[in-house]
Amino acid sequence: MRHFLSALLLLSATAFAADGSQLLQQQCAQCHALSAPPQTSIDRLWSRKGPDLYYAGDKFQRNWLVAWLQAPVRIRPGGEFYRHHLKDGADGDAIDETTLTPHVKLDKDSAVAVADALLALHTPAPVESGAYKGAAVSATMGAMFFGKLRGCAACHQDAPGKGGMSGPELYTASSRLNADYVYSYIKHPQAFDAHVWMPDAGLGESDLQRLTGYLMQLKSGAKP
Amino acid sequence: MKRLIAHSALALCLSPLAVHAGSAHPQAERNYDTYCVQCHGVHRNGKGINAAHMSVQPRDHTDSKAMSDVPDDEMFKAIKEGGLAVNKSILMPVWGKVLSDAEIHELVAYLRETCKCGK
Repeated sequence: MRHFLSALLLLSATAFAADGSQLLQQQCAQCHALSAPPQTSIDRLWSRKGPDLYYAGDKFQRNWLVAWLQAPVRIRPGGEFYRHHLKDGADGDAIDETTLTPHVKLDKDSAVAVADALLALHTPAPVESGAYKGAAVSATMGAMFFGKLRGCAACHQDAPGKGGMSGPELYTASSRLNADYVYSYIKHPQAFDAHVWMPDAGLGESDLQRLTGYLMQLKSGAKP
Repeated sequence: MKRLIAHSALALCLSPLAVHAGSAHPQAERNYDTYCVQCHGVHRNGKGINAAHMSVQPRDHTDSKAMSDVPDDEMFKAIKEGGLAVNKSILMPVWGKVLSDAEIHELVAYLRETCKCGK
């Protein structure tokens, strides 16, 4: 009887995982890469419709994924790829909201299944496990480095409406992203995509720890 | 076929990608559109989507007079090593790990074309 129950449990888990994988293929694969592309290029950046997800298991936190997939809100103010969503504004370029489409919304069971399937996606590449040491960071110093001293705010927001729009907002990073991913991406964005429009600033270890700590300490939507 | 070509040409003209079509440096133009437009703007005038929140405004690459004051080697250094390397803002990032030296040289030539100013 015990063997029967174990087998049943295993069967259910397998079926569950298969559902998540199927949903990934059905709902996500049209816009997101679920496996590493043979090569990257600028043309690929221009043609892809959503961020790559083939390293989602290294990138995202499960609770955030499950919640966001049920009630998605825009992470990239300028969309993906930002260059496709620009128009002339009153004083320079502006985001053309009419070209941005809402993300697919899933029911709870599907969100759980998809989140688990996403978290099973890993690449041998580039997230350095244990790289972020977790030391407390002064919020004031962190904000100063994020803004004036290292220039991250040129493209990213650390509070709603505060900062640039060509990169993803980072005021929800602490609930959305894994700290080691944040560290590794800041350290070398081109390890994830050789052509991505976030530059490698060549930051040293103390900057990487400070900026990662600052972002991971930010409460979603709080003013830094 | 003629109609298809006409439609394609029209679409190209209407597309924001084609704002500076006809450059002698198409690869540099593509790089500019990918990396530089976020701050320097579709019209190359320093009014990109990120500019509004910046404490120091991105350079207007269509400003012939201001651009003519910047020698090629300084422009190359600013792109490759970032604003700080030429005593300008940290907000101009280091692109030397994304673009090769050859690509940056071509970008400098493209900027000369854009500003209509030689040096």
